[in-house]
Amino acid sequence: MKNQSVSNNIDWISIIIYTLLVILGWLNIYSSSLSSMEDTYQKQLIFIILTIPLIFIVLSVDGKFYEKYASIIFGVSLLTLAGLFLFGKTIAGQRCWYAIGSFTIQPSEFAKAATSLALAKFLSDTQINLKDTNRQIQALAIIFLPVLLILPQPDPGSALIYSIFIIVLYREGLPSWYVWTGFITILLFVLTLVLEPQYVILIALGIIIIVHLKSRLADRNIIMSTILFLLISGFVLSVDYVFDNVFKQHHRDRFNILLGKTVDMKGIGYNTNQSEIAIGSGGWIGKGFLEGTQTKGGFVPEQHTDYIFTTVGEEWGFVGSLVVIALFAGLFLRIIYLAERQKTKFSRVYGYCVAGILFTHFFVNIAMVVGIFPTIGVPLPFFSYGGSGLWGFTILLFIFIKMDANKVNEW
Amino acid sequence: MRKVLLPSLIIIATSLLLIRIFYLQVIDDTLKLKSENNAIKKKYEYPERGYIYDRKGKLLVANQASYDIMVIPREVKKLDTLEFCQLLHMTKEDFIKKMEKSKVYSPRLPSVFLSQLNKSEFAAFQEKIRKYEGFYFQKRSLRDYEVNFGANIFGFITQVNEKLVSKNPYYNSGDLIGRQGVEESYENLLRGVKGIKYFQKDKFNREIGSYKDGKYDTIAVQGEDINLSIDAQLQKYGEELMINKRGGIVAIEPSSGEILALVTAPSFDPGILVGRQRSKNYTALYHDSIAKPLYDRGLLAEYPPGSPFKILTGLIGLQEGVINENTTFFCNNGFSYGRGRFMKCHPHSPSQQLHNGIYNSCNTYFAQTYMLTINKYNNPAKAVDIWSNHLKSFGLGQFMGYDLPTGKKGKIPDSKTYKRMYPNGGWRSTTIVSNAIGQGEVVMTPIQLANMMATIANEGYYYTPHIIKKIEGHAIDKSFTTKHVTTIDKKYFKPVISGLFDVYNVGTARSLRVEGIDICGKTGTAENFAKIGGVRVKLEDHSIFVAFAPKDNPKIAIAVMVENGGYGAAIAGPIASLMIEKYLRQKITRTDLETRILATSLQSRYAKLGGLSDKVKSQLRVSDSILKSKTIIPTFKVKIDSTKEQKPVI
Repeated sequence: MKNQSVSNNIDWISIIIYTLLVILGWLNIYSSSLSSMEDTYQKQLIFIILTIPLIFIVLSVDGKFYEKYASIIFGVSLLTLAGLFLFGKTIAGQRCWYAIGSFTIQPSEFAKAATSLALAKFLSDTQINLKDTNRQIQALAIIFLPVLLILPQPDPGSALIYSIFIIVLYREGLPSWYVWTGFITILLFVLTLVLEPQYVILIALGIIIIVHLKSRLADRNIIMSTILFLLISGFVLSVDYVFDNVFKQHHRDRFNILLGKTVDMKGIGYNTNQSEIAIGSGGWIGKGFLEGTQTKGGFVPEQHTDYIFTTVGEEWGFVGSLVVIALFAGLFLRIIYLAERQKTKFSRVYGYCVAGILFTHFFVNIAMVVGIFPTIGVPLPFFSYGGSGLWGFTILLFIFIKMDANKVNEW
Repeated sequence: MRKVLLPSLIIIATSLLLIRIFYLQVIDDTLKLKSENNAIKKKYEYPERGYIYDRKGKLLVANQASYDIMVIPREVKKLDTLEFCQLLHMTKEDFIKKMEKSKVYSPRLPSVFLSQLNKSEFAAFQEKIRKYEGFYFQKRSLRDYEVNFGANIFGFITQVNEKLVSKNPYYNSGDLIGRQGVEESYENLLRGVKGIKYFQKDKFNREIGSYKDGKYDTIAVQGEDINLSIDAQLQKYGEELMINKRGGIVAIEPSSGEILALVTAPSFDPGILVGRQRSKNYTALYHDSIAKPLYDRGLLAEYPPGSPFKILTGLIGLQEGVINENTTFFCNNGFSYGRGRFMKCHPHSPSQQLHNGIYNSCNTYFAQTYMLTINKYNNPAKAVDIWSNHLKSFGLGQFMGYDLPTGKKGKIPDSKTYKRMYPNGGWRSTTIVSNAIGQGEVVMTPIQLANMMATIANEGYYYTPHIIKKIEGHAIDKSFTTKHVTTIDKKYFKPVISGLFDVYNVGTARSLRVEGIDICGKTGTAENFAKIGGVRVKLEDHSIFVAFAPKDNPKIAIAVMVENGGYGAAIAGPIASLMIEKYLRQKITRTDLETRILATSLQSRYAKLGGLSDKVKSQLRVSDSILKSKTIIPTFKVKIDSTKEQKPVI
């Protein structure tokens, strides 16, 4: 009875969406690989076929295994990341891969699942209360350990993904000022780049004064308001300073293009411009499978990996884009729905992490492709070419599906 | 609350992405265009331009093959530069320079290495082209002129300008288009329709196959051949007669309105505006602001017509009933009018009727007729408008609607003109009497003069002059086969024609008679002045002559204008009668006259206006050793002065 229950309780909706996304992803890789004369679509097919035994292994492992060995898995994962500094292979300036024969493997793609497990394990401890500052520091440490190892590879895209764990922590009781701080930080950052720093500081001053005067007399705290103002001013000025003096030119360019400050379609702006052209030329229903002129011409760089969505946009048009985005959004919401249904805190937190990681990848990737986010290398889950990515996301998702299928047995 | 944050973020972010994608795909149209520019390459197949023939089917303008040597720098292997340069008659420095230029353009894409080689220049290279990897050739079609005259009629072929490219979707940057002459007016027929092949290209701009298996490709349509109404022999003869003179000749077949000859002088060989030399030569012609070889004097030069206009004054007088054939005016070397003003005339018998008034070109007779016409109505404004409408029915004072791209309206004054000139009123027939003899506010172009003669030859109607005779498979424009009838009754033409006939028999052109051909004609003279070194100098008169022949069943009407040629019978008259004889008989009996006209050079008179530049001289068929001075800057002004004393007009 015990083993038979896996197929009975498994969430077929998630699996169907997953399968559809993988197949659609492969069709688009096939289309985009025709221009490059490379056999990427054949390789991707092998990767996809290899996910089948992978899924069976993930599903057949005992449900308790992940919780029991979460810390060990996390530790191994950190070791593989650290090992890159010694044994890693450098491709295009990034030391992100281990080379085994002609195949390369990217440990950071698996580290997300490991970190999720570790975080879930940490939070599922009954003693945990995230109002406690020590606990907050511990939780943040779990998140920042892999980030510290990934950032210097350098792989800022993968590192960026970890910021979503803050939302997971918030769900589990992290004080809301973390989220507010994060939100205001991002807002101030963007405003500083768009406007001049002095205006941002003036706006902040105005808002603080208004809030200060409107609050009840007893709540007025001139020192806190001043500190807040000084903090904001300091942040704004340092953003300005960092942007102008610490960032390299190509970082600055990425933001400037996004803000419409630089128009250089031959150089740094080429990627974004070409990907917008490809998507924009799709119209309502697209040019049809294998008919994309931009795709065939190979105009969009990295089209089979980070820019795979341009093929969807060009060949399948708005309708196709809508279907793909709806499938993704459906999957995320389904996972959250399942997560909230979990009987244990461990699987709930893990489910949240899965939804958060997939969503962040999805949003950062497509936002970059359609030109509303700076150019940053993040793959589109299940779509982008690459074995490590596909397997990493598959393991991440199917561990949760296994947990979800197991919940009935936990009585 | 805490549960809602992530789902809300997902929904907001997803909507944001969808809005952005919707904007890119559905709202922003520019991206589709950019995509086409990006990924689809159109290759044009250019049809051969239609041939141009004369009215008798003689080929005037054909096409010749020319070759562009193309290069793809990346594919060029080591080669024997010396031999290569010898084959193409170029220096090694030139070779290196051109290679560098091509590399800068693109190492992967073909660019033009040497353009527009003719067959003989290309032949030697063609045999060895296989040896030179990375080089290949592209065939183009250029105009090939079978004749060395008619440059003003044909126009030329040039690259289309960017302004037109943005206005007319047919043309792309670098396409060729006909400019001026029939190449411009019949551009749409001559050019044909170019074929388009679509190719998919990649990010290096290389072709990677046909687009949608050629579903949208079209085939080029050959240009149409056209026959002009020009008589090649007559045109050639006219241009020869005008060598070393400046002016224009327009000859029209009265029964059809077909233009038989359209000569402007100075002219040039149309062949100099073809191929590698085109832009250099065109610039030289364009900058010659004195001789203006690109200015078609037959169509554009506006002059007071002088005496030929008296014919119209007479016709209007008859139509208005203010004179008849027997009305007599007395002329005593002129006549007095107004307050002590006097219009001079030249010596002839004092008693003038219409008939001898015409052949003596009597100023008095026509001034009186004109004043009677204007005074017939109580109101001079009304009278001038009636007179003006008669003239306009001859196609004067307006664009005639012929099928050449340049033209001038000329000027026929009406009451509005005089109300503007005399805002306080007080003008009457005596004020504007100069109009009677073609000197007042009346201005005409040579083609209008020729058309006037065609109308008189037809006794009251004309067809819009046109230069097209036949287009294979098309009818010519309806407006050219529509009869325009004047406001003058047919019966009034007879006495005028008989007067014009006697201009040759006993009148001002009696020395120009051609044995066996009955010519009706009229001499004319236009005064002109130039400012030379700040002083207003009266120059030699422009010589004008209009005629048609034969008197019965006329075959040709002609207007000749020679700048600074002297009185009408001096040079314009002989040219007109030689042209008529040439056209009607195909040979010249008065070879002495022919020899004299051919030998006549007015270059010394033109030298006063400032000579030709050396550059232009070498290009033009006119050449004269006197043309040296370039220091005089002339301002050319035709005298228009209707109130003061008139000089006799012959």
